[in-house]
Amino acid sequence: MIRALAWVLRRDLLLAFRRRGDVVNALVFFVIVVSLFPLGVGPEPNQLRGMAPGVLWVAALLACMLSLARLFAPDHQDGTLEQMLLAGEPLVVLVLGKVISHWLVSGLPLVLIAPLLGLQFDLPGNALAVLGVSLLLGTPVLSLIGAVGAALTLGVRGSGVLVALLVLPLFVPVLIFGAGAVGATIAGTGAEAHFLLLGGFLALSMVLAPWACAAALRIAME
Amino acid sequence: MAMSKSRRFSLYYFSSPQSFYPLAGALQPWFAALAALLCAVGLYIGFFVAPTDATQGEVYRIIFIHVAASWMSMFLYLVMGFWSGVGLVLNTRLSSMVATALAPTGALFTFLALWTGSFWGKPTWGTWWAWDARMTSELILLFLYIGFMALQSAIDDQRRADKAGAVLALVGTINIPIIYFSVKWWSTLHQGASVSLTSAPTMAKTMLLGMLIMALGFWMYSIAATLARVRCVILERERHTDWVEAEIGRQTT
Amino acid sequence: MLEARQLECIRGERRLFSGLSFRLGRGELLRVAGANGSGKTSLLRIMCGLVAPSAGELLWEGRSIRAEREEYSRNLVFIGHLNALKDDLTALENLQVAAALAGMPADAARMLAALDCFGVAHCAELPAKVLSQGQRRRAALARLALSAAVPLWILDEPFSALDVAAVVELERLLAAHLASGGMVVLTTHQEVQVVAQAVLRVDLDLHAAALLAA
Repeated sequence: MIRALAWVLRRDLLLAFRRRGDVVNALVFFVIVVSLFPLGVGPEPNQLRGMAPGVLWVAALLACMLSLARLFAPDHQDGTLEQMLLAGEPLVVLVLGKVISHWLVSGLPLVLIAPLLGLQFDLPGNALAVLGVSLLLGTPVLSLIGAVGAALTLGVRGSGVLVALLVLPLFVPVLIFGAGAVGATIAGTGAEAHFLLLGGFLALSMVLAPWACAAALRIAME
Repeated sequence: MAMSKSRRFSLYYFSSPQSFYPLAGALQPWFAALAALLCAVGLYIGFFVAPTDATQGEVYRIIFIHVAASWMSMFLYLVMGFWSGVGLVLNTRLSSMVATALAPTGALFTFLALWTGSFWGKPTWGTWWAWDARMTSELILLFLYIGFMALQSAIDDQRRADKAGAVLALVGTINIPIIYFSVKWWSTLHQGASVSLTSAPTMAKTMLLGMLIMALGFWMYSIAATLARVRCVILERERHTDWVEAEIGRQTT
Repeated sequence: MLEARQLECIRGERRLFSGLSFRLGRGELLRVAGANGSGKTSLLRIMCGLVAPSAGELLWEGRSIRAEREEYSRNLVFIGHLNALKDDLTALENLQVAAALAGMPADAARMLAALDCFGVAHCAELPAKVLSQGQRRRAALARLALSAAVPLWILDEPFSALDVAAVVELERLLAAHLASGGMVVLTTHQEVQVVAQAVLRVDLDLHAAALLAA
């Protein structure tokens, strides 16, 4: 089982590496969206500092969502997804492999770049660190829940926007506590509770999401 | 409704769309009547009997509809999740049809809760929309309902639409307490404790009674509306069967 | 042994076939015939366990395939209409992933030998997107060269886009598999020149019902 997971992981990372453009585009999208907000509300530092956690987190949500189109749809189109359903390995394991590689390619770069963008908003150093950690805990949850949405809308017309509609409301708790962690750090009240909850969400979604995703994939392939 | 005497009466008889159709048709007017009665009583209590509130005057009366509608919206989502889950696990068509029929009514009550909440908010807080915990949760619930309906209508294959909707509804059901908790936390943090007229100790008995009766009335309405809608869903989905053809022939002559 | 009992398939508004029963034993070949759109691919997908039939059941070694899906999947290899090749991976890498997911060893030497069976060893290091239609089909079929131990082969139009040499090679592989006690199910528009203990033929046109009464 571990071998199968490792192979799926390796395969997806290799594919992402060979199509670096797709990956970089999503990252650039993140940077552009974050830069739009100051342009929209004005460059006043205090206002931007207050907005920063929310803006960075929402942009991360949107960037993650855009990248979901790459998760299952290409495999569905060339028949490799079908083969994964027919592999003798539990589908849950293969799904987990795909989600992990999706996070490594789409989520982890956000974790690394976001603190840099936080500087644009004049966030203090400790807030930047908390931002990184909150995204580190939160983006895997986004990948996991997003995978369920992507699996449900596989091959459906208008699936790009439909995935957004299905998945964004489910992201709300992660958004609240992720951005809340940074906000709490700025306000000086500490983010331990937030991290605990984010960790809880991560644990819960790691257990439930691959299972729901596998069920959704089987339904989609019928 | 013909039942063979040799078979013991079983509720499972009604788990086929063909048997359920006439049952739904027979029950529906009764629920509709109950709904009208209870809503009338509830509104009467709410608008005429309950005392004027000390702080808010007459405006508060809209909570009779607002709170009952929001209770219904959450309750119906759970019921919808339950039936679509049953349809997924047991592979029964009727359960999925009931879930599909419930969604628009649930969305309606969510919208009603938001709308009446807005009307309450304007005189109370000065804005049409205040981001308090209940309103924000209701808004997200509305998105969940819309997502369910959008997913089902986007998928052409009926069975796939039922099952995919079921997975989504179940994921939503698990998420609703988490979302509610998160939003509540977010709201108290950012706005401080907000005045809530719905906390039990401070509510007069008549107000509570009025709200409960309204909620019951809405529940009866939901059942009536769902029964009517599920009959339409049955006719549409089973349109290739003989009994539906006969039924349509009977209805149009 | 694969046994089908009263299989029925309803796709959307159409009943594609019903009342389909057959028994496929070791060393036997099942050819599924029928006009376009008669449900050949649907039947194959039902046999893979990807789709549940609207009625009837499928038994492998006497047990329903729904009961032990993973176990059943390990006993079959399915090569469908789509080649299941990732464009950005080389033919070798594609085969390695396929082998690894099937629980087989995935070392390069073995993969090259399999590709060589179908004459695409020279394409091993080329990404699949630059290969021709025929080369891609052959790279996809190379999996069969690794699957001698897998009892049930389910193939959807395996001969399409193949040149004469590849057709001969495929027939050789099929014959060898059948001779060693394997089973093959395939759809094809051509006559199959494969020696088998028995060749069953299922003609879906005969099992079709009319369009569901509108």
